[in-house]
Amino acid sequence: MSVLLELQSVTKTFSIGGFFDRSKLQAVKGATFALDDTRPEIFTIVGESGSGKTTIARMILGNETPTTGTIRFMGEDVSQLRSRRRRLAFMARVQPIFQNPFEAFNPLTTLDYYLYSTARRFLGVRGAAADEALDKALNHVGLSLAEVKGRYSHELSGGQLQRIAVARALIPGPKLIVADEPVSMVDASLRMSIVNLFRTLRDDLGVSIIYITHDLATAYYISDRVIIMHKGDVIEAGEARAVLDNPQQAYSLALKNAVLPPDPTAARLALERRRSAVSAV
Amino acid sequence: MLAATIDAPTRTRPVLEVENLKAYYQMNYFGVSREVRAVDDVTLTINRNEIYGIAGESSSGKSTLIKTIAGAITPPLRVVSGSVKFDFGGSQLDVYARPKAMKAARWRHLSYIMQGSMNVLNPVRKVRHAFDDFAFRHMGLSPAQFRSRVEGHLKRLGLDPRVLESYPHQLSGGMRQRLTIALATVCEPEFIIADEPTTALDVLVQQDVLALIKDVQQRLGSSVVFVTHDMTVHAAIADRIGIVYAGRLVEEGPTDDAFARPQHPYTAHLISSLPRLGDVSRRKALPGKPPNLSDPPSGCRFHPRCPLAIDRCKVENPPLVSRATGRVACWRAGEVEVA
Repeated sequence: MSVLLELQSVTKTFSIGGFFDRSKLQAVKGATFALDDTRPEIFTIVGESGSGKTTIARMILGNETPTTGTIRFMGEDVSQLRSRRRRLAFMARVQPIFQNPFEAFNPLTTLDYYLYSTARRFLGVRGAAADEALDKALNHVGLSLAEVKGRYSHELSGGQLQRIAVARALIPGPKLIVADEPVSMVDASLRMSIVNLFRTLRDDLGVSIIYITHDLATAYYISDRVIIMHKGDVIEAGEARAVLDNPQQAYSLALKNAVLPPDPTAARLALERRRSAVSAV
Repeated sequence: MLAATIDAPTRTRPVLEVENLKAYYQMNYFGVSREVRAVDDVTLTINRNEIYGIAGESSSGKSTLIKTIAGAITPPLRVVSGSVKFDFGGSQLDVYARPKAMKAARWRHLSYIMQGSMNVLNPVRKVRHAFDDFAFRHMGLSPAQFRSRVEGHLKRLGLDPRVLESYPHQLSGGMRQRLTIALATVCEPEFIIADEPTTALDVLVQQDVLALIKDVQQRLGSSVVFVTHDMTVHAAIADRIGIVYAGRLVEEGPTDDAFARPQHPYTAHLISSLPRLGDVSRRKALPGKPPNLSDPPSGCRFHPRCPLAIDRCKVENPPLVSRATGRVACWRAGEVEVA
């Protein structure tokens, strides 16, 4: 087995506050997991806001350096990528997708600009060759260059913009995509098109995906493995179905119960349970 | 308090009647005029003591619809035709015939739970001031009475009155959202509009906020219009739902019926696309995107995305017709199968 990504007891401590009331915030308290190179998978990190899931994503992307522990991508320590050439090679293989597609794209810039600059930077292509690379990436997400060229972000729906963000990430031919809450700003009715797309990428292109979310319903639907984070700790890890069908920790059970079922009778019951649980406290 | 003064016949009257309401954004820039039909011929009634859910995608016109209902419109949005009539405790109020009367009713009878709690609470002033600014003048109480009323109200909602002395940034997102609910309900209004109050929240907090809205609604016996694109939230909280597509109401009915037997293909899609825990079978996503309201498709506005569309759908707009339990606007209503 060769290892694609490996986190070894990674911690991150932020220092917060001013000169007189400085305190430390442990955002991540020891995360250890590895992704296999030969078997692409959707690896999900679940947790509420403040649980440290975004910090992990930023460390994997090399935007933050871990306080202790190491992150290795294909054997290379991510925080030791000093030269521009090595960083570019790393960035070509690990690509991000952000939460809010309306903020990820500048409203005054046409969307194809982002795609062309990615192609130029990582593939070194311009003109017709770039067109071809863009069209190929956009086809993977069910769009075409003709549909996107010259358009601005306000002309498209959130689901379409997020698909373009995925297409942009696909241009360099990455091994790993880090998607931080990619559907939370997208309409519920359009979410499934993104989530289904991740499945297709894994199965057809062999791209591994780190999917970060607080929504257990979509996590259950697409994940192969899942870790649940709570206040910086990884409290559960394992095969997605096994973990989510039978959560061991009180917190993961609460998260699971917080998923409203799409059925009025069951949903009202879930809300009623929560109401009595809250009033009992 | 008000309920006691209402005599029996008026109690049964709906609290809100909207008739053939059309509200368009009319713009005229550099000699080019553009008309966005965000609310197009909507007729609906909302009864006392019910939660009415409005569902629809972004840019379907659902926010414009509730703004128009609340009489909170500014140009370029204009009401082209139709009427919005409230009935607060026997006194009729036509929002667009007598806009001044509306001012007195705001907050006292009709209030609003907003989406971005950070935009409601002033970041540089204590939470207490928000209550003073919004509610004080509508209550007719002395400052001391008002203060004890607010504190009592917060306690009933399970909030510590000490939060009044905090600044918004000191509170969590869930706590701020609960405060905006407290703010909207402190005058015990008969009609509450909630615009995506849970969208930006974590799942656990979302449930608490929903439970709180339901609690307050039951205690006050108010009517709540609840707007969100998340159908699972409607399943949990709404008594009736109305589905809005491209500025039109396409289906309306009791929540249980709409979920069990959706009549409109769009409703059926919204429901069947929801992921379920314990089920990993592939869910279909609806192709295409919501139409551009300045240039909507002819006929039924859903036809370009509809799996059941026939030639008639492309030319004739289906009217909203009454069915056994609700209303639906579709030429092939009831033919859709639920996955």
